[in-house]
Order: sequence, then C-alpha cells, then structure tokens
Amino acid sequence: MGAIFRRETLSYFTSPIGYIFLAAFYAFSAFSFTSNSLRYGTTKMDGMFQQIMIILIVLIPILTMRTLSEEKKNRTDQCLLTAPVSLGGIVAGKFLAALLIYALGVAITLVYAVVISAFAAPDWSVITGNIVGLMLLGAAFIAVGMFCSSLTENQVVSAVLSFIALIALYMLSTIGDVIPSDFIEQLLPDLGAVWRTIITEVVVIAVTLLCFFLLGRKAGAIIIGFVAMLVLGLFAAKGELVPVIFEKLSFWERYVGFTYGLFDLSNALFFISASVVFLFLTVRVLEKRRWA
Amino acid sequence: MIEVQNLSKHYGDKKAVDNISFKAEDGEILGFLGPNGAGKSTTMNILTGYISSTSGKALIDGIDILEEPLKAKSKIGYLPELPPLYLDMTVKEYLNFIYDLKKCKLPRNTHLKDICSLVKIEHVYNRIIKNLSKGYKQRVGLAQALVGNPNVLILDEPTVGLDPKQIIEIRTLIKKLGRNHTVILSSHILSEVQAVCDKIVVINEGKIVADDTEDNLSQRLSSDHRITVRIEGEQRKVTEFLEGMKNVVKVDIGARHSDDVIEYRVEAKEGADIRRELFIGCAERGYIILEMKSSELTLEDIFLRLTMGEAITDGGED
Repeated sequence: MGAIFRRETLSYFTSPIGYIFLAAFYAFSAFSFTSNSLRYGTTKMDGMFQQIMIILIVLIPILTMRTLSEEKKNRTDQCLLTAPVSLGGIVAGKFLAALLIYALGVAITLVYAVVISAFAAPDWSVITGNIVGLMLLGAAFIAVGMFCSSLTENQVVSAVLSFIALIALYMLSTIGDVIPSDFIEQLLPDLGAVWRTIITEVVVIAVTLLCFFLLGRKAGAIIIGFVAMLVLGLFAAKGELVPVIFEKLSFWERYVGFTYGLFDLSNALFFISASVVFLFLTVRVLEKRRWA
Repeated sequence: MIEVQNLSKHYGDKKAVDNISFKAEDGEILGFLGPNGAGKSTTMNILTGYISSTSGKALIDGIDILEEPLKAKSKIGYLPELPPLYLDMTVKEYLNFIYDLKKCKLPRNTHLKDICSLVKIEHVYNRIIKNLSKGYKQRVGLAQALVGNPNVLILDEPTVGLDPKQIIEIRTLIKKLGRNHTVILSSHILSEVQAVCDKIVVINEGKIVADDTEDNLSQRLSSDHRITVRIEGEQRKVTEFLEGMKNVVKVDIGARHSDDVIEYRVEAKEGADIRRELFIGCAERGYIILEMKSSELTLEDIFLRLTMGEAITDGGED
C-alpha cells in the first residue's frame, strides 16, 4: 500500500493532472473567496465553502479519472494484481494519494483565513469545521470518482461518469422535491396501500424476469429489477417518504451544515460511510473482473 | 516448483483453458508452446493470480494461488505479454517502486544494480521508460520480474519484439536463470523453445496436446522411417526401382528440379533402414543420388501436426 501511495502521489506531479487540479482549485477558490468574503468585507466564509463544492464536482473527476482506468488500459494492473498486495491495499493506496493532493488544495483555505485575520478576527472554530467538512466531502467524492474509474478503461469516460454521478449526488434533494411521489397512487387510485404495493411489485418482478430471459440471463437485470422493486415499492407504499430519503442521501444537504458552522456527527459519519461504501464497491469491481 | 491440476477457465461458453495439468520442477525451464489464442497467456494469468480459474488448482511451491494469494504471489516474478510499465517513470523509479511493491528484503541498491547488469539496462537506468525502444522496454519488464529474486519466473513471450542479437542474449539469460529458478516460458516460436527449455508442453485451443521433453516428443512422432532422396535418372525407372525395394511402403514424387532430377519421398516399414540398399541399388543402375536425408520431424512439424490434429503419415518435408 505504501509503495502504491508513493507512486500515485508522485505520478500526480510527473503528469500535468496534479498541477491542473491544484491550479484550478486555487484559482476558482480564490475567485470565490474574493467575491464572497473580501468584496463584502465580511469574516464569514460560508459562501466560499459552498461554492467550492460546485468546483469540486468538476475538479474531482479530473483528479480521479485515471486512477484505475489507466492501469487497466496500460496493463500495469497486471503488475499490481500479481504483486503480493491485497486489492484493498491497492485501492486504499490510490485513495490516500488522491486525498493528499486534494488536501493540498484545501490547505489554501487556511491562507484565506489568514488574509481575513489581517482585517478582523475570523471565527477559527467555524473555519476548522468548514475545513473538516470539506475534507470529508472530498473524500466521499474521490471514492465515487475512483469507483467510476474502476468501471472503464477510458479516462474520458471515467471523468464523464464521475461528473454525472457527482452532479446527481449534489442535486439529490432537488430531484427528490420534484419527483411526484404519489404517481403510483394516482395510477391506482381506488386501492389501499397494501394492494397498490403488491400490484407494483408483481409488475416489477414480471418485467425483471422478462428482461432476464430476453437479455440472456444477465445478472444486471436482476440487480436493476431488485432496485426497482425497492424504489417503486416505496413509492407505492409510502410515497411521502421518497423526498425525505432523497434529502438524507443528498451530499449538498449533508455538507451545507458544515458551512454554517454546525458540526453534526451524523453528517461526518455519512461522508465517511459513503467513502467506505464506494471504496468497497471499487474493490468489488476489481475483484469481479478477475472472476469474469 | 509449479504444479497445475485440472485447470479450466471459461469465458461464457468459450473454454479458454480446458482441464490442463502439468508440472515444472525446481531448476527446470518449461516451454509452453502454442499458436496465438491457444490459452497460453490465460494460463499464465491464472498462475500468477491475475485472473481466477473456473476450476482446478495452481500451486506455486505447494501454495495454492487462490487460497493464499499473497504468499504465493511473493514467490512469483511475472513478465506479462505486454510489460506492465509505468511509462512516465524512469527505469530507476520504476524498479524502486516494484522493489517496494514486492516488499523486498534484499539490500536495495546492490540488488537492483545486479538485476540491471543482468538484463543490461544500466546505461538507461535514469531514462524515462516512455522514451526507450521496444527491446529495452521488454528488458525492463524482465528486470521487474526478477526484483526480489523470486523462486518462480513466469515469462509470457519474453523475446517478442527484440532483434536477433537481443533474442540470443535474453535466451542465454533465461537459461542461466533456469539453473536456480523454476521458469515457465511461453512462445509460439519453436526454435526458441527448442533452444531454451528442458521440457515442453504443447497447448492448442485450451487443451494440452503434448507434454514431454522435446526428444521424446520427436521420437514418439517420427518412429517410422522416411527418407527424402534426390536422384538423377529417368523418373519412371527410378520410381519402379524404389517401389520394388524391400520394405518400401510408399513412394511420393516431391519437388522436380529438372526433367531428370527429382526428389522422391520414400517411406519404409517402421524400423527398417533402407539407405544402404538404396545407395547400392542406385549405383548399380547408374542413377545418381544427389542428396539424401532422413525426414525426421522437426519441432515445427510436430507442432503443426499436433495442433492441426493431422495424422502423422506422410513425409516431414514441406
């Protein structure tokens, strides 16, 4: 793991990626800092920290796009996977390297805080909380990006995939708000919740099985069917819960609290678990490729 | 020691490797011979733990690669078909990375230096791998496999892309390594396997076609005696004479050099040596033998026959 971590970290600086990421991060955050804090003469930095999240949606895919896809493409994964290192070690090494580069980016916010302190005393505890929140958010984003990178051999595809995934995670609460959570209720108006659920599930299972046989028994059909069963079942049984769940999973809702100076342990744990889940999925993708 | 027991790998319905078993002892160089797409690389990828097998076992020094992957992998040096090089690193950085990756305990600088002088890459040590020629990349790949001095070396077509001089160098090196390592080497070049290996396994379409030392293989397959002889003399008469000889089973007309100079392929009964009678007979009749050779099968012939499933009946000359 140590060897991979060192190599990855160095490779960010032997290729332009590390420089591009840091330069863009510094430039956009500086602009954001100037336009939000300096221009209004305030010691508050929440505007900047909120905007950094948007910047990250674009920049994190750049940071993670090559982590695993390039290994696969250049066949260097043969060297890693046949070395006495576990898959978890490989993924963790790469994750930590990306996290280190990211931390170098986030460190710039300390400079901004020092700039503010030249004019008035900033609220250091809030800034610390902000930075912790930003690190947690970034870790989760990096894990998502690495997962996307493990799915493809193509860096561009990897970047686009993680870009879409990050936007979706960012917008999750908004998406939850606009989805008509009672559409199944409207479709089957005269039935009770129980019958509505049963009919929905039967339809979903039937469609899944149909796909399963038509597509030549792809395991994917079953997984998608299972997810559809859960989601549509939820819509049918308790439609009003849907936006709540979307909100709970929204990265924005989880993160924005930090920028207001609220340190909520559940939010911190959310990002940590999101990182763990996506890193675990990444390991599974690598594992599965060997068994294919 | 490498032991493979009933190994199979299926991709959907396609059987890339179909129930193969073989064994390479310590200090033995095993040649893995087969046409492209025969399953050589797949087998090697399974042996090194890069991919899994559908069924069967692969043991490295008695350790199952699937059950104790880390322990087994630490005993293997692997050069895949495409050397797994990080192109943006220098040779030095790359080999140091591999050294760390393999958690090598040997003294770093002397060990890496030894390897570099072994594969002759000292003078490119500080260059970026991207800028090296194919031959040097291949050598860096080989160097990578040698880091940590593993007991078992698995080399997938190690001489591909090298020039003739380099090929000879690498072969000599592999022979040298074979003295104290177990080496598995794959190739579709027969002369290479013939030159380097102690033992040959021929594989085609995922199945082992032959597993023996090279000599036994050719003995087994060339037990019947065939002679190619170029004779100057009237074709009809010569053929008549040849067919009339004792023990001769079959006479084929081969290449025709001029009206009277013709190559005949004579097949005699198994175990019969007809060369002397042929010589005397021809001399008595005034036919001049310009060339006579026994058409014992070369490995090329054996290989083609085995992999094409052709019956071994006619002469080995093509």
